[in-house]
Amino acid sequence: MLSLTVFAPLVAAALLLSARRLPDRAVVWTWVVVAAAELALTVALWVTYDGEGIGHETDRPWIPGAGAGYHVGVDGLSLPLLALTAVVFLMCAVHTLRREREHDVRRFAVLFLALETTCLGLFAALDLILFFLFFDLSIVGMYLVIAGWGHGARAALSALKFFLYTFVGSLALLLGFIGLYAASTPHTFDIVELTGDPPLRGEGAGGALVLLALCVGLAVKTPTVPFHTWMPPAHTDAPAAGSAVLAAVLLKMGTYGFVRIAMPVLPDAWRTYALVVVVVGVVSVLYGALVALAQTDFKRMVAYTSVNHMGYVLLALGAAGIVGGGDAGTRTVAVTGAVVQMVSHGLITGALFLLAGVLRDRAGTYEMDAYGGLAGPAPRFAALTALAAFASLGLPGFSGFVAEFQIFAGSLGPAPVPTALALLGILVTAGLFLWALHRVFLGPPGNATASVHDLRPAETWSVVPLLALSVAVGLAPRWLLDTVEPAARRVVELVTG
Amino acid sequence: MIGVHKDPLALAPELLLLLGAVLTLLTGSYLPRERQWPARLIAALALVGSLTVAVVQAAGDDRMVYAHTYAVDGPTHTARVLVPLAALAVLALSVERTRGDRREAEFSVLVLLGSLGSVLLAGASDLLVLAVAYLLASFPLYALAGWARDARGAEAALKTYLLGALLGITLLLGVTLLYGLAGATDYAGLRDALGGAPRAALAVGVVALLAGLLFKAGAVPGHFWVPDAAAGATPPAAAFLTTVPKIGGLIALARVLLTVPDSVVDWRLLVAAVATAGMTLGNLAAFGQRDPLRLLGYSTVSQAGYALMAVAVAGRENALRALLFYLAAYALTNVGAFAVAAALPARTTLGAYRGLGRHRPWTTAALAVCLLGLVGTPPTAVFVGKLTVFSATWDGGMAWLVVVAALNTVASLFYYLRWLAPALTPAAPVAAPVEDVRPWASSTAVGAAAVTVALGVAAGPVLAVLPDGLLR
Repeated sequence: MLSLTVFAPLVAAALLLSARRLPDRAVVWTWVVVAAAELALTVALWVTYDGEGIGHETDRPWIPGAGAGYHVGVDGLSLPLLALTAVVFLMCAVHTLRREREHDVRRFAVLFLALETTCLGLFAALDLILFFLFFDLSIVGMYLVIAGWGHGARAALSALKFFLYTFVGSLALLLGFIGLYAASTPHTFDIVELTGDPPLRGEGAGGALVLLALCVGLAVKTPTVPFHTWMPPAHTDAPAAGSAVLAAVLLKMGTYGFVRIAMPVLPDAWRTYALVVVVVGVVSVLYGALVALAQTDFKRMVAYTSVNHMGYVLLALGAAGIVGGGDAGTRTVAVTGAVVQMVSHGLITGALFLLAGVLRDRAGTYEMDAYGGLAGPAPRFAALTALAAFASLGLPGFSGFVAEFQIFAGSLGPAPVPTALALLGILVTAGLFLWALHRVFLGPPGNATASVHDLRPAETWSVVPLLALSVAVGLAPRWLLDTVEPAARRVVELVTG
Repeated sequence: MIGVHKDPLALAPELLLLLGAVLTLLTGSYLPRERQWPARLIAALALVGSLTVAVVQAAGDDRMVYAHTYAVDGPTHTARVLVPLAALAVLALSVERTRGDRREAEFSVLVLLGSLGSVLLAGASDLLVLAVAYLLASFPLYALAGWARDARGAEAALKTYLLGALLGITLLLGVTLLYGLAGATDYAGLRDALGGAPRAALAVGVVALLAGLLFKAGAVPGHFWVPDAAAGATPPAAAFLTTVPKIGGLIALARVLLTVPDSVVDWRLLVAAVATAGMTLGNLAAFGQRDPLRLLGYSTVSQAGYALMAVAVAGRENALRALLFYLAAYALTNVGAFAVAAALPARTTLGAYRGLGRHRPWTTAALAVCLLGLVGTPPTAVFVGKLTVFSATWDGGMAWLVVVAALNTVASLFYYLRWLAPALTPAAPVAAPVEDVRPWASSTAVGAAAVTVALGVAAGPVLAVLPDGLLR
């Protein structure tokens, strides 16, 4: 069933590609139906997943000569991300419902369906080469989305920048994978086997170098300072649905790689260099927040807050590896928080980017100073944006609060000073979101305010479920935490040895 | 030791190629100029026949034939399958360019003879056979490079010829030296005798021998003809020149180097250095190219560098298998990329590909698959090829070479994208140029692209079939 879930969108994409006669409207509806079915499938996977360990596993030889297999499965780390992927892609489909004038909707839908397969496949992959396959294909797919449907004169350039950065990162990742393969006995790319018997234990430069290669590859994708420079232009020039997927799902490939691969497979090296990870995390938190504060472009601002939010994740994962200080319990809290943050950021930032797309759609610009007083003519838009902004800055009652509270609670023991510094990031994001809301929705109307009308139903219904889920996690986090915690505990056990 | 094999049918695939060449030549000379398709058909049939017999024979026992001068083993079987396949693809993509030409039949004959030379090169297990095969694999190519008989073709042919003749003499020098040192020309005899050879003389002999084979492989430092031939010859000829000789040359290289004990002469390090230079120079030189064919020419120089990595660790676990798989993947992908260029002869600069995606979606898709394939994007065949080559090299104790290759892959990304990006850019500022549709060439491109993906996905069984050892 897992393989079906992963590849069904690809099959649907192929069918849509060959059905040239289908009118655009039917194409989008097909897309929505397929995406909804995907969501149902992931929910079914989650419900039927029982207990700890890996469920819904399939392990077949694929390229035995090269030690790579088709090995997929789910556990508490991947299930939430699979569900997140399905939700975000469904919302993107819904968002596109009322946009037949978007050129070439058929290929747009095909591309997104194919992209959904790569994202689901990555979160289900338990083999390094399979992981790499989906990792690279997602880059190619996203490149086509930005280059083909991006707006602004520089879209092609931004797309190229995105492609080059993340592809180069992926090659570093591949280098690390080959290093792991060569160091393991018997040679294998299987993540479960590598986790069970981690190669490159103990002292020596090998583990450090392989970890460096992995971290560079994942850090580019995450992105953390100083590898984040591809992201703001890519986000600014991508279409709304593209930005939402890029921020909500593709960035998680990086952070997911840390918990799935880097930590369990190289526990010794991770412990040794945990402090570096913490520092990179804190720098990302503060730098992302401060640069976001300086933006005048709403979408760029949201993009930089992603750097900030991903920084929290790294802080928690690094803190979990720091030797001494804090017991296994608090480390588990930190790692759980990191996973919840991935989900939470996906929901909230996905919503924010879809909302930002509305600005561009109506008046052609993201410049906050061009607007003002939007709360009057567009009350639903204002309300939803305000909600998303509050969620993003981590107000209690939203998923962001649950995640960040756990991250700080778990990290404070092992890394008190960095955690205290990172707390400042929350202050800055709170300030910047309030200021942005003020500039866009309150005060006297700006040049572009007149052309903005309120959300269409399709736009409303693409954002509301995301925020509703965020609230659901915020108010009743237990169902999510119960899934994540056992897996997080296992990661901690592996890292602390 | 086994005696002389009285087994004339052991070389049936090679004989079929030779027979096909003769028949094609005769048929072509009796046919009117504008109706030469039967000659091409005969050539294609000969290739298919050779391929079929090769597959049948591959199931049989590996053995040495003709007084131990020729190995009928895994690597030879692979070359016997790969070379006709690539040649068939070249014949297909050349249909539009050669149809009605005065030398249409000659093109097919040269392709057959060049293929025969390449297969013999791969199977040669004796220095004298190697030398003969080198000549047979070279002369048709000189003619093929200048086949169009225009100024650019003449330059391509002349450059190929001069370098080929020079390095051919070097190869003969190497053969002479090794024979003098070992007192034998067959590889088994060399292997036994070279252990005690004086180091300096052996080193000179190996380097001289290497020079000739590196010319065949289009690898640094024998690469100077490659970009000129790729851009100057007709695209179908260029596809052949940059693909088929590499298959024979690199297998021959692995075979002959394994007779030299690496404790006496460290040829592994030498090959690794040559590989590094090849990848790096090829990639750096490709950056500035505006002509897609020249760009592909330099790209094949760098690709030869990646393949040489596997030669550097030849004899160790999985190295030979990785080399053969890489050659298969490379041949397919490279022919596909050249087929795209052959399908669009009016687009002679990278900028001219702007807006291609809108007008020719299938050809563009093939281009994207082939170029991304040459970079090494999964799930294309070259990705698995690179993966196996990198793993084998790392495993063989040359992790640094893998790092170099990975950095080079990063660099190569830039120029492949310089071609791909305009093709995928939607807006064409002016109306698309009117171009004659070349269905054979573009179908070959699409077919090759599809097969690279298929080979990448189904790499497991293919790798399992490929041999990891050779006879001598």
